[in-house]
Amino acid sequence: MADLKLLDAPPSDAERAAIDAVLGAPVEANGHRTARADRASRHLLLPALRAAQRRIGWVSEGALGYASRRLSVPPAEAYGVATFYALLSLKERPADVTHVCTDLSCALKGATVGPGEHPSPCLGLCERAPAKYRTVAGEAPYEEQIPAESRPLPQRDGLRLLRRIADGVDPTSLDAYVAAGGFEGLARARELGPDAVIAEVTESKLLGRGGAAFPTGVKWRAVRDQVEQTRFVVCNADESEPGTFKDRVLMESDPFALVEALTIAGFATGAQKGYVYIRAEYPLAHARVQHAIDETESLRDGFELELRIGAGAYVCGEETALFQSIEGKRGEPRNKPPFPVEVGLFGKPTAVNNVETLFNVLEVLRIGGTTYSETGTEGSAGTRLFCLSGCVERPGLYELPFGATLRELLDLAGVGTVKAVLLGGAAGAFVGPDLLDLKLTHEDTRAAGVTLGSGVVIVYDDEAELVPALLRIAEFFRDESCGQCVPCRVGTVRQEEALKRLAAGRPHDDELHTLSEVAQVMRDASICGLGQTAANAIESAIANLKVFA
Amino acid sequence: MFGAGGGTSSYQEVREVADLIVLWGSNAREAHPIFFHHVLKAVHRGAKLMVVDPRRTTSAQWADLWLGIDVGTDIPLANAVAREIVVSGLANEEFISRATSGFDAFRESVEPWTLEEGERVTGVPAAAIRELAHAFGRAANPQLCWTLGITEHHNAVDNVFALINLALLVGGVGRYGAGLQPLRGQNNVQGGGDMGAIPNKLPGFQDLSDDLARAKFEDAWGAPVSPIPGLHLTGMFEAMEHGTLKAVYVVGENPAQSEADKQRAIGLLKKLDHLVVQDLFLTRTAELADVVLPGCAGWAESEGTVTSSERRVQRVRKAIDPPGEARDDIEIVYELARRLGHDLGSTKAEDIWNEVRRLSPMHAGMSYARLEELGGIQWPCWDDEHPGEQFIHGRLWHDVVIEPAPFMAVEHSPPVDLLDDDFPLRLTTGRRLESFNTGVQTGRFSSPLHVDGEALRVSPEDGARYGLTDGGRALVASRRGAIEAPVAFDSTLRPGLAFLNLHFPELVDTNILTIDATDPRSGTAEFKATAIKVTPVG
Amino acid sequence: MTTLLTAKKMIELTVDGQAVRVFEGSTILDACRQLGIETPTLCYGDTLTPVNVCRVCVVELEGARTLVPSCSRKAEAGMVVHTDSERVRTSRRLVLELLGSSVDLSTAPEALAYIEEYDAKPDRFGPDAARVEHEVKIDNDLYVRDYSKCILCYRCVEACGVDYQNTFAIAVAGRGFDAHISTELDVTLPDSACVYCGNCIAVCPTGALMSKREYDMRQDGTWDESQQEVVTTVCAFCGVGCNLELHVQDDRIVNVTSPDDHDVTRGNLCIKGRFGYRFIETT
Repeated sequence: MADLKLLDAPPSDAERAAIDAVLGAPVEANGHRTARADRASRHLLLPALRAAQRRIGWVSEGALGYASRRLSVPPAEAYGVATFYALLSLKERPADVTHVCTDLSCALKGATVGPGEHPSPCLGLCERAPAKYRTVAGEAPYEEQIPAESRPLPQRDGLRLLRRIADGVDPTSLDAYVAAGGFEGLARARELGPDAVIAEVTESKLLGRGGAAFPTGVKWRAVRDQVEQTRFVVCNADESEPGTFKDRVLMESDPFALVEALTIAGFATGAQKGYVYIRAEYPLAHARVQHAIDETESLRDGFELELRIGAGAYVCGEETALFQSIEGKRGEPRNKPPFPVEVGLFGKPTAVNNVETLFNVLEVLRIGGTTYSETGTEGSAGTRLFCLSGCVERPGLYELPFGATLRELLDLAGVGTVKAVLLGGAAGAFVGPDLLDLKLTHEDTRAAGVTLGSGVVIVYDDEAELVPALLRIAEFFRDESCGQCVPCRVGTVRQEEALKRLAAGRPHDDELHTLSEVAQVMRDASICGLGQTAANAIESAIANLKVFA
Repeated sequence: MFGAGGGTSSYQEVREVADLIVLWGSNAREAHPIFFHHVLKAVHRGAKLMVVDPRRTTSAQWADLWLGIDVGTDIPLANAVAREIVVSGLANEEFISRATSGFDAFRESVEPWTLEEGERVTGVPAAAIRELAHAFGRAANPQLCWTLGITEHHNAVDNVFALINLALLVGGVGRYGAGLQPLRGQNNVQGGGDMGAIPNKLPGFQDLSDDLARAKFEDAWGAPVSPIPGLHLTGMFEAMEHGTLKAVYVVGENPAQSEADKQRAIGLLKKLDHLVVQDLFLTRTAELADVVLPGCAGWAESEGTVTSSERRVQRVRKAIDPPGEARDDIEIVYELARRLGHDLGSTKAEDIWNEVRRLSPMHAGMSYARLEELGGIQWPCWDDEHPGEQFIHGRLWHDVVIEPAPFMAVEHSPPVDLLDDDFPLRLTTGRRLESFNTGVQTGRFSSPLHVDGEALRVSPEDGARYGLTDGGRALVASRRGAIEAPVAFDSTLRPGLAFLNLHFPELVDTNILTIDATDPRSGTAEFKATAIKVTPVG
Repeated sequence: MTTLLTAKKMIELTVDGQAVRVFEGSTILDACRQLGIETPTLCYGDTLTPVNVCRVCVVELEGARTLVPSCSRKAEAGMVVHTDSERVRTSRRLVLELLGSSVDLSTAPEALAYIEEYDAKPDRFGPDAARVEHEVKIDNDLYVRDYSKCILCYRCVEACGVDYQNTFAIAVAGRGFDAHISTELDVTLPDSACVYCGNCIAVCPTGALMSKREYDMRQDGTWDESQQEVVTTVCAFCGVGCNLELHVQDDRIVNVTSPDDHDVTRGNLCIKGRFGYRFIETT
C-alpha cells in the first residue's frame, strides 16, 4: 500500500517476535535513495494477529500497529478485521481462557458457563457434549478441546469413508496410511490424467457434502476450463454448523487422506496451490493436518498446500467469506455471480470443497465413478456421514448410503420417544415424529420442505424443551451475522426479539406474522446462505411442530 | 518549443490507458490531490508509478520505484536515462527520424552520462536509473508529469527540455495515452499565460514578435502594441533595483511573501514611487502599498473562465456578492482606464471573452454557451463545431511532419546557492496538502491538519551532528538572511537534506532564506535549492 | 468534453414485460432506468463500486432462487426480470422497515420517501426494538459524524478507500448488528489518517456524515435547502481544474460539492476545495 498513517504504540518484544515468526524477519529494503511500495502481503494479517494473541492473550494496540506496519495494511482496516472475529480480543484479558459451548447439543447436556468463562457457539464436539475449548497464551501457547479423548466410532459395519478410522490406522504415520492403501488414488489419478479424473468424478454423480450439494465434477470442470492459468483449490474445513463434527473426525483421524484428495483436486483442476481453512477451535486437526502436509511434500509433485486457521466466525464457512478471510479481510461474503470457479481466492478460479466431499473423491477413484453412482439413490449418490447428538444413546459419526430412512439412523444411534429431530443444524429444519420414515436423500428431504444440510441430526426427546432451542438458534444467527446486508443484520435481531417476546408470553402485535415476513426478506434478499437460512429452523418448528401454536 | 505551452494529455488518458506514470519533481498526492486520484485508478488497474524526488514524499510512498535524487541534478538523471534508453535499443527510431530534429547533437550531449556517472552526480543508484530508463523505453503509454520540483530552479527551462527530450526519444507524445503533463500550481496560471500575461506573448499564446498577430491586436484595440517583450517578475525586481521601474500595479500576487530572497524584494518594493495592490486581503505586499484596491474572489464573486492543467477552459461563476467596498476586478480595471481617458467598453465578462475568441484562434469556438453545454473545452478549439482536443501535437504522427519537434541538448548546471563548510546543508522547500502557497487563503480556515504548524525538518543524523533536538528550535541561516524555526526530525530525509514548507510565513519566514536565482527565460526562482546552516537555539 | 467511444455489444432482456436493449456490461438497474422504471437504491452510488448491501434494489429474476440486487447484477441476454412482484415489494418494504426501526433516518429524505412509497411501517417491531445508537462525534472543526444515522451502506469507506481517496481512514469494525464505521481503535478524526477531503460526506445518503457548518445550522434551525442556490464554478487553489458546486444560502456559502458526472473529480475534492472556500468569508 501507500502513505499510511501508522499507529504509534510499539509492540512488546514478545509480540514483535511472535509476528515476525509468521511474517519472516523484517527486511529493510527501502533506503534513502530508492524505495518501493509494498502492494502484496496483506493476506497474512489474520495469522499475524492470531500469533500475537497466542503469545500474550490478546491483540494490543502495539501488536495491531506492528502487523499493520509490516503488512502495509491501513490501521483502520486492520482494526476492522481484528474486531470481526469473535476469538480475537482487543481488550486485555488473562492468558488462560475457557470457552464453554452453550449451543444446541451441549445445552441438552446441561452446559453451564462458570465464572471467568466465556459462552461459545458450537465447538464441533457434540458427540462428547457438554464441551469446552481452552486457549492458553504464552511462549509455548496451546489450545485444548475438552473432553479431549476421542471416542471409538459407534458404527462398525458398512463403512467406506470411515474404514481406516474404524480400523484404527495411526493418523500420525504416513507409512501406516500408505500400508492401508494410501496414495493409490493419486497414482491412479496421474495415470488417468486430469480430464479423465474429472470425468470419473462427474460420472460418479458426487454432490458436495458441505450443505450446498453442488456436483463436484461440474465444479472441477468449470475451473479447469478457465482461461486464467493461476488457480486454487480450497478445502472448507470451517465446520461451524451447530451439531456438525464429521470433518473434525476425518481430519483428526485420517489426515493423510485429506492431503491426498486435495492433491488430486489440484491435479485435476490445474491448481498450483491449495489451502485448508480449519476453524480455530480444532487444535488437534490443525496439528494432524499440518503434520500430514509436512510429511507429504515429496509426494505432491510441486503442488503446494497451506493450512489457514480461522478465528471464530461461522460465516467464514461461506465460501466467498472464506476467501476474504484468507485474504486478510473481514469474513464478509461476496456477491455471486461471479462464482468462485471464475473469480475466487485472490480473484482467481477456485474449487472449494468440503472435507467429506474430498474423502468421497478418494472413494470414487478407488472403485470407479460408475460403481460409486450405484450406491445411494438416483438423486443422491454414495454414502453420507451423519452427526448424531442430543437425546441419543450412542452419539457420534455414522455412515449410511443415501436412501436410508431417518428411523433406521435413529435406531442405530439408540433413541427413546422422539419429540423432534433437527436435521441440518441451526440452518436446517425440525421434523416431527410423523416424518421418521423420511428417506435421507436430497430429493426426499427437499420434497418434504426440509434439508440434509451438513448431515446434522440432533434428537429432542419428550423431556427436551424446544423453545430454548429456538431461542438459541435465533441468538446464534444474530451473533454470527457478518452485518453487511440489512435483511440479515437487522432481521436476525428482530427474529430473536420476536421469539423472546413469544417465549415470555408478551407478544407485540402478531408476532408470527412478523416472524414470517422477516423470514421472507431474509430468505429472499440476504447476500449469502447465512441470512437465507437463518429463519428455516424456526419457521419449521412453527409449521411442523406447532411451537407457539 | 512545441508551439503552445500546455499539458499534452488529459487526465482521462492517465486514468484509463497509461501503463507508466512518472512524477518527476511532483508530490501530486499533496499538491494535486484530485489529479492523483486519476493516477491511483491507473495504479489499481496495474500501471506502474515511478517518482523522482529528493524526498520520499507521500506520492513516492505509492511508487513502484522512488528515485531519491540530489536537489538540482535532474538534467544528469534525465540524460542518463536517455543514454540508457538509446544504448538498450529502446529508442523509437522511426519516430525520431520522422518527427524530430536535432537528435545527433542531443545524442552526443548525453554520451558522458553513463549509469555510473548518473549515480555519481545524482546519488541515485545506477540500477534504479536503469530501471526507470527501461520502464520508460518499454511503456506503451508513458505519462511524464512534473511541477515545481523541476521549474523552481535557475535552469527551469533546461530541466523541462530534458524531460521533453525523453518523451521525444520514445515517441511518447502526440498520441492518445502518452504525453507530458506539467501540473500547474495555481488554478489559472495556465489561463493567465494563455491570455498573454507573459511578457513576450499576446492572448492565445501568439508571439509578440509575430507581426501579423500584433497587427491583428493593434487593429482590434486601436492602439500600437510594442514588439519589445516586457519584464517578468524577476526582471521587474531587477528593474526596480536599477531604478528604471518606479511604479507597480500588483493584482492578486503577494511578492512580499512569495519572492525568493524576500528581504531584498521587500526593500525594492518599498523604494517604488508608487505601489498599487489589488487583492482580497491586506497581504504583506498590500501593507506596503500606497493604494489598495479591494478586488473580488474570481471564482465565487465574479463571472469568467479559468484554464486547467489539461488545457480545459471552464466557467467560473458568481455565487455571492463581494463584501463591503470590494469590487469586481474587471470593473476596477475599466474604471482606472476610464479615468485615464479610455472607455474599454462592456465590463461583462462574456463580452470580453468573445473579444478574446475573435483574436485568439485556439479559443475561437469556446462560446459561453458551448462551454456550458460541454462542461468545459480543452484548447485548441478552432470553431463552433470543434469539440476541443483531448491531446495535442498529433501532427507528430503524420506521415510527413512539417514542423518536427526539436531535441534540445542541455547541460547540467548545479544549483546556484553552493554548499560549503559555512552553509553545508541543502534546504529544499515544498507544499502540504491542506495549505496553499503563502497561506493567504488557507491560513484563513480552521483545519485539524494545520495543527502541526511549521518546522524545519532534518534527518536524525543531521540533528545529532548539529546539536539539534527534535521538537526544539534552531537558528537557520542562508547567505541572505536568518530565521528561527522549530525543528522536527524526519527519518525519511537523508543526511544532507533539509525541508521547509512556505505556508506559514508569520511562523517561519522561509523566503528570507531562499535565493532569487532565476531562469531568465521563465522567470522562476530557485526556491528548491538553498544552502543553509543550522544552530540550536535555547 | 470529448471522450472516445468504444464499440460495445448490445443485449436484450425483458423487464416487467417490456423489452429493453442495453450495452453489454450494464446492470439490471441500468436497464430499469432506461425504461423509466423507478427502482429504489440506498447504498448504490453512481460513482462508486456497487456493494449491494442495502438490498432495497432487489428484483425478481426468473430462474434465480433468491431475489437479485439490480444495482450490481449484470444484465444478460434473455433475462426476464420483474420489479413489481409481491416478493419484490415485500422484500423492499421489509428492508425499509428494518432500517427505519433501527436507524435515525430523519435527514435521509430518499429513505423516508421510499418508506412512504412502499407503505413501510417501521414501528411494527414495537418500542423495544433494538436501535443503532452512538453519541454524535464532534471532534474537529470541519465535520460531524452521527453514526446513529448510519445504514452501513459502505459508501464512505469506499470513497475513502480504493474507489477514490485511498487514505483508508475509516473501515467497518465489529460484526453483525454491532458493525459500525470506525477509525482504528475508534481514535478521534484528528488522530486518524483522515485528510478532511470530505469525500465521505459527499456520498453519505443519510446525513450521518455532515459538514460542521451544516450540522450547526440544522441544530439552530437556520438550514433551509429550499432557500439554497447551487452555482458551479472552479476551485481557487491548484491547477487541476475541479468543478465546485457552491451551495449558497443568504449570500453565504454553506456547502461545497462537486458534480458526480464531472470527469475531473467524479464528485471528489480535497480539503482545500471542500472547505478552503471559507477564506472569503468576512463573518
